[in-house]
Amino acid sequence: MSSETQSPETTGLRAWLLSSSPASRGQARVGRAYVGWLAFRSNHLAMLGLGIVLLLIILAIFAPVIAPYDPNAQVLADRLQFFSAQHWFGTDELGRDIFSRIVHGSRLTLYIVVLVAIIAAPIGLAVGTTAGYLGGWTDTVLMRMTDIFLAFPKLVLALALVAALGPGIENAIIAIAVTSWPPYARIARAETITIRNSDFISAVRLQGAGRMRIIWSHIVPLCTSSLIVRVTLDMAGIILIAAGLGFLGLGAQPPLPEWGAMISSGRKVLPTYWWVATVPGVAIFIVSLGFNLLGDGLRDVLDPKTGGQG
Amino acid sequence: MTLGVDREDRAGKGFGGLSLPRPLRVTLNLVVTVALTFLGLLFVTFIIGRVVPIDPVLAIVGDRAPEHVVERVRIELGLDLPLYEQFAIYVWDVLQGDLGESVLTANPVLEDIKRVFPATLELATVATLFGVLLGVPMGVLAAVNQGRWPDQVIRVVGLLGYSIPVFWLGLMGLLLFYATLDLVPGPGRLNFIYDDMVDPVTGVLLIDSAMAGEWDIFWNAASHLVLPSVILGYFSLAYISRMTRSFMLEQLSQEYITTARVKGVKEWRVIWVHALGNVWVPLVTVIALSYANLLEGSVLTEIVFAWPGLGFYLTQSLLNADMNAVLGATMVVGAVFIGINLLSDLLYKLLDPRAR
Amino acid sequence: MSDTPLLTVEDLKVDFPTRKGLVQAVRGISFSLGREKLGIVGESGSGKSMTGRSILRLVSAPGQVSARRLEFDGIELQSLSESQMREIRGQRISMVMQDPKFSLNPVMRVGEQIAEAYRVHQNVPQDEAKRRALDMLRAVRIRDPERVYRAFPHEVSGGMGQRIMIAMMLIPDPDLLIADEPTSALDVTVQLQVLAILDDLVSQRGMGLIFISHDLSLVASFCDRVVIMYAGRVMEICDAKNLSAARHPYTRGLLNCLPKIDGDGSDLPVLRRDPEWLEHGL
Repeated sequence: MSSETQSPETTGLRAWLLSSSPASRGQARVGRAYVGWLAFRSNHLAMLGLGIVLLLIILAIFAPVIAPYDPNAQVLADRLQFFSAQHWFGTDELGRDIFSRIVHGSRLTLYIVVLVAIIAAPIGLAVGTTAGYLGGWTDTVLMRMTDIFLAFPKLVLALALVAALGPGIENAIIAIAVTSWPPYARIARAETITIRNSDFISAVRLQGAGRMRIIWSHIVPLCTSSLIVRVTLDMAGIILIAAGLGFLGLGAQPPLPEWGAMISSGRKVLPTYWWVATVPGVAIFIVSLGFNLLGDGLRDVLDPKTGGQG
Repeated sequence: MTLGVDREDRAGKGFGGLSLPRPLRVTLNLVVTVALTFLGLLFVTFIIGRVVPIDPVLAIVGDRAPEHVVERVRIELGLDLPLYEQFAIYVWDVLQGDLGESVLTANPVLEDIKRVFPATLELATVATLFGVLLGVPMGVLAAVNQGRWPDQVIRVVGLLGYSIPVFWLGLMGLLLFYATLDLVPGPGRLNFIYDDMVDPVTGVLLIDSAMAGEWDIFWNAASHLVLPSVILGYFSLAYISRMTRSFMLEQLSQEYITTARVKGVKEWRVIWVHALGNVWVPLVTVIALSYANLLEGSVLTEIVFAWPGLGFYLTQSLLNADMNAVLGATMVVGAVFIGINLLSDLLYKLLDPRAR
Repeated sequence: MSDTPLLTVEDLKVDFPTRKGLVQAVRGISFSLGREKLGIVGESGSGKSMTGRSILRLVSAPGQVSARRLEFDGIELQSLSESQMREIRGQRISMVMQDPKFSLNPVMRVGEQIAEAYRVHQNVPQDEAKRRALDMLRAVRIRDPERVYRAFPHEVSGGMGQRIMIAMMLIPDPDLLIADEPTSALDVTVQLQVLAILDDLVSQRGMGLIFISHDLSLVASFCDRVVIMYAGRVMEICDAKNLSAARHPYTRGLLNCLPKIDGDGSDLPVLRRDPEWLEHGL
């Protein structure tokens, strides 16, 4: 955010943003977002999380510019070197530059996380809101299905799915998405049930709105903020599972610089050339820590139970 | 997670039409719920095994098998039948304990699982004990000192637990405590010289060796167990301490806590007897969930520590495209999950007088 | 009434620092009481509950209590250590709270909770404590004490719960009982029963009682003297008998708000609050 100067423009803007009697819906929305941002900004750990996630995004976008070497270029003469000015994080057993591989690996991590979220969250949202709003048999059937998926441990179900689909990054994403939606359905259903009985929904219904319209334009928007929090918090878990699949050789296939797979290959040269397995692990740790911190911070701002409404 | 066995009495729903006495109705409801969930579980493994692969026959015989072999296997597998019949046969087989044969070991899958499961159970149980014995007091301490340094430290411990890949922590643990400091033995359950020296009565080495009076083996097994169970237990500790903290904060703000203080009860008793007594009620579910999750975490831990358990078996089968073994192991893990959840529901009723 | 007061409170203040600044829940109040029944009346938020809790040093974390004098039976309570204070709590000063649904530990048997209150202060074997607890349950007119002893809090009604609470608070035989809205959560018919039991036990044992309530007519009929509080300050202290002769406009306002059965049926006046009162307490 821009620095806080005491020039009249910014104070004028601040006053406009913080106005307790906004003149338009737009002003109210922007004002609320600003108040949320103020609360978020005062949470140092959450800001650290945001910083880490932004860094990940920047690394992913500018990977070819940032990485000093081709991530797959093998220089066997330079294999298994320790940290140096040429190779910041050393080289692996095929003489590839670990730093460049980490940088390019950020693309894969982001790719997995974003795709899983894009697939799983809408499925969960659709199942949960439909079950919650319609109730009755629809609810029973949909929630029984959700419970069955919840009865599987995530990683084991993902493993079985990958076994059936065949290893690979796309299949890993599908497998993780299939195991990730049930909690979202639960959350969306719980929220929907509380919203369903509120007066404004009755008012909308009296005005003749159909079920799909009510669900889509009145219930779904109100479920999204708690869902966003949950998805952000889950992203750390998604990264860990994806890395686990990669470690087992079932996720991204070589020579892709996926961090879990890098740990797996580093394991073979472990006691002596410890950094080959250590560096990608630190990368996974930092990124999932970032998502955890960001999720915690978002929860504090967006979760109405803990306050933070403008 | 409650498996849909709602905490509130579902009177009037489901079997409300039948006027049965309440305990019977609750039991019946529970049985039907568990049976339905198990059936769903089988359905999912069935789908994964028969429908998802493009051609399950090719997955078994390989793509260079002659035409007549493919056809024979197709009929042997019952793949010429309609799907619902295939599913019925599958359920019938599973109920009789027939999970098929493992291609890799040439044993019935159930036999294999019986052999490897105790190792996983041993690991997950010791890890959970570690997580509970340390995590609960830590959570209590954090809640009592809310906002002060013990709370901050425990928060960081929890955050790390949510952010570190378990297999990597295992590798780092081996690197430091085995390869560098030589404080613990390396991977595996026992040193090679002790292999096959005790009869696998329960399959849990600590119990078997103690029963046989083989204390050398007992200590060797225990020393092998330390590092993997501490590393695995760390994740359950992170989860349990975090949940204990939030439950504890909730209870400490209740009025009955003030009552206890008004009576002149000592502060340690207010915290560890009055407040914690109420925290156990929701905590049982959390501990059960974390135990079930450790069974899952053990998949990766077992690989790192060459621990011959269910996770190791599952992964080996997976890498060798041994679908029967994979699905059998997946199903067993799911069934254990259901069982643990059921157990936690029952324990919950035992601990909370209001739920009886 | 005896000559030396049981409890003397002088200039008691309770502050809560919040992000928006200091919230003064109690703004310097003074009163004293002997072995009598003193009522404290006020609207919600007037600081009456905080007054009760600060005597027992039970105002929790951000709250800060200070007083020029907080003397109980010749002991300055503010000078006591935490463990000395625990000796006072229960044994010398006790408190009955509003709703037995929340003030009893839900996972502990009722009898154990009562026996615990006794055993905290008396080093006696378990069966002796149980016998005393059963006696105490009889004293609060519970007909089947053995059954109630084994019951869990959710298994008893509100009225019985409050009688259990009274039994628990009186079992160590304290000198002063603070009753914080003890009947507000109960049905009207049960209220009178519980009040009668409380009245009997307090008179028999010659204890002091601080009865905190928002119900002016109840307090007037039940107590010897009444303290009227508004916004953390004492407006007036007067004898319950002479309440109708109260002079302070706030007290008069409260009295006028009460519907009368033989009234003329016209609208009740709306209570007027003068910001001036905040500056000048009694």
